Amino acid sequence: MVQAAMEKTKNMLERFAEVDKILERNGKNKAKLIRILQEVQEEYKYLPEDIMAYVANSLGLAPAKVFGVATFYAHFALSPKGKHVFRVCDGTACHVKGSQKIIDALRSELKLEDGQTTSDDMVFTVETVSCLGACGLAPVLVIDEDVHGQVTADKAMELVRALREQEKA
Amino acid sequence: MIENAKQLAEKADGIRKEHAGRSKIGILVSMGTCGIAAGTTPILNAIRDEIKKQGRDGEVEVIETGCMGLCHSEPTVEVFDRESGASVIYGQVTEQQAAAIVESGSKPAAGATALSRGWYYPEDEENKDNALQARIVLRNTGRINPQSLEEYLVQDGYAALAKAVTTMKPQDVIDTIIASGLRGRGGGGFPTGKKWAFAAAQKNDTKYVICNADEGDPGAFMDRAVLEGDPHAVLEAMAIAGYAIGATKGIIYIRAEYPLAIERLNIAIDQARKEGLLGKNIFGAGFDFDLELKYGAGAFVCGEETALIHSIEGMRGEPTFKPPFPAISGLWKKPTIVNNVETYANVCAIIRKGADWFKKIGTAGSPGTKVFALAGKVNKVGLVEVPMGTTLRDIIFGVGEGIKDGRAFKAVQTGGPSGGCLKATELDTAIDYESLKALGSMMGSGGMIVMDEDDCMVNIARFFLEFTLDESCGKCTPCRIGNKRLYEMLQDICEGRGTMETLEKLDTLSRTIKDTALCGLGQTSPNPVLSTMAQFKDEYLQHIQEKKCAAGVCHKLITYTINESCVGCTLCARNCPVDAISGERKGRHVIDQDKCIKCGVCFEACKFHAIDKS
Repeated sequence: MVQAAMEKTKNMLERFAEVDKILERNGKNKAKLIRILQEVQEEYKYLPEDIMAYVANSLGLAPAKVFGVATFYAHFALSPKGKHVFRVCDGTACHVKGSQKIIDALRSELKLEDGQTTSDDMVFTVETVSCLGACGLAPVLVIDEDVHGQVTADKAMELVRALREQEKA
Repeated sequence: MIENAKQLAEKADGIRKEHAGRSKIGILVSMGTCGIAAGTTPILNAIRDEIKKQGRDGEVEVIETGCMGLCHSEPTVEVFDRESGASVIYGQVTEQQAAAIVESGSKPAAGATALSRGWYYPEDEENKDNALQARIVLRNTGRINPQSLEEYLVQDGYAALAKAVTTMKPQDVIDTIIASGLRGRGGGGFPTGKKWAFAAAQKNDTKYVICNADEGDPGAFMDRAVLEGDPHAVLEAMAIAGYAIGATKGIIYIRAEYPLAIERLNIAIDQARKEGLLGKNIFGAGFDFDLELKYGAGAFVCGEETALIHSIEGMRGEPTFKPPFPAISGLWKKPTIVNNVETYANVCAIIRKGADWFKKIGTAGSPGTKVFALAGKVNKVGLVEVPMGTTLRDIIFGVGEGIKDGRAFKAVQTGGPSGGCLKATELDTAIDYESLKALGSMMGSGGMIVMDEDDCMVNIARFFLEFTLDESCGKCTPCRIGNKRLYEMLQDICEGRGTMETLEKLDTLSRTIKDTALCGLGQTSPNPVLSTMAQFKDEYLQHIQEKKCAAGVCHKLITYTINESCVGCTLCARNCPVDAISGERKGRHVIDQDKCIKCGVCFEACKFHAIDKS
């Protein structure tokens, strides 16, 4: 029992050590809360609740305040994302050029239920974004960091399948 | 270090001479985000290899630039001759064409697609060919290497700042901007000079200059193009603004979604600091100015200046009631001016050439140019910079070369989620801030989305409302709850549950939200609804009375039937997700209308045009 608790505390301290580095880098400055959360998210891929509470404590803010900021901005994810993130642009230009068909196709291919964004195996996440500012290439799909222009539902399927093969190999 | 105005001029002359002697032919390769996504990098490498192979290292030089705005033809490359001034632009360039392009110099290469330029630079030349486009904001994007301070200096870079701080009083700078009639290009159109004058009048040791680079309007990307293609122009203009209002600190609030723009800004800031163009005692005039970047985290409402300021302070980006205006009490309660990227990109030209020169372009009430991001169902999508007062027809059918696939023009949407849709009868409107407002739309940041007969206007209104719902900060009731109700009513109409009463309520609620919402986002959010209702009333009525969507967009109002062309290949039946299609092999199939969920999979799958959509 005691050992298990010790182990848990040790893990927690190790987790927070990374956060401490981020806090130090930003001078524990409340005004840099958004930057701090962005860096935390880069580290963990999302914002774990215990870490948000830890950040709040360290900055002398109420956890509700930090949570409020985290939920306000589209960038912050409160749950883990899949290994590969598909961001379908649904800005006006992409919308009139058929982005909805791409979203529907991806969601059905990955068997995502209503409201679900990440596949059960945690490999794929499908999100929409308002505008990536690449309207000349509409409709646009960004997979991780790669921008694909003039995408069709079929092409999106091909890209999913190619990634699946890659994952298997 | 450049210590005074004389040294700046000498340095720029030195670089010009050096460039002239360096290489005869320059090859500009568009390396903006879109260009890179369209595959410019391998072409850049192929051209470099080819120059080596042909042994023309000393003669031909490759310059990586920002975006030329010809998105429809990416990857694009321009070849120019320093001596004769001749140039040729190529579109849809492939690696295979590299050899011919390098070999041909400034003459059109065989096998490559040469494009016409279509614009002129008011600061550098007369409009000899009656070009529709005039580039002031985009003067350097696509023309210089954004990562080279030297190339910016050749284009009179930092000459405006030198002129301002060494020969003008802060009040003279403000007077010049007021006289030029420059108005905020972010959407509202507030006179820029007046904003500066308010902040300048405040007695306070600390003031801030903010650049709003949180371009969040879906369908607008000109700010990204300027930041990626000409970052120094924004830094220089912000320093001029700082001098005018008495601020020593600038902040660029930029979207984290623009990594390339951030990278290039950081490079530019470092270069300017090293040369003393930012920092202490700029040009020996006793003026200090420096700036930093702050990253947006994805919230459209942060385009509103008070919300943007709260976000910089590390809080939720919620707007607050004005007054007090930021020019009186802004960031950390200090006098602050907030202007957007495109507005700043006009400032240096105005200082260099004077207010009278600027006023010659555009209309009396809206001088200068406006950059539009032309997108949607138009042949030539891209960035377009035209004098204010140009007609929609000239933009869409002139610069944009008409509607894709020969379809009929239906509407053009301007002003993003705060704007409205204009129809064919308004194509000859000369556009400026007032004319667009009079038509129920607005200038906005310059998104211009063209729609054809396949677009349903009710659905477009719903699309924008969905965006507003997502982006509403939730602080005021009219926007948080009112827009939700508007969205539900539009949903009802799109799904065949709408009545005439819905239409009436839609109108009343839209007007209430317009009158009562707290900030610009809420006050303008019903515009897409009101403008489509005014311009396309018949479409609303068709959805309500006939339960039909002529454009075939609103799923629930479409009926799919199988016609006599069906050969019984069974492809549709096999693809139907709900088993609504039945029939014998090689016999005509039937769709069970009660089971059909109108997903359209059969329509897409059929190879024999045997499925009708009505």
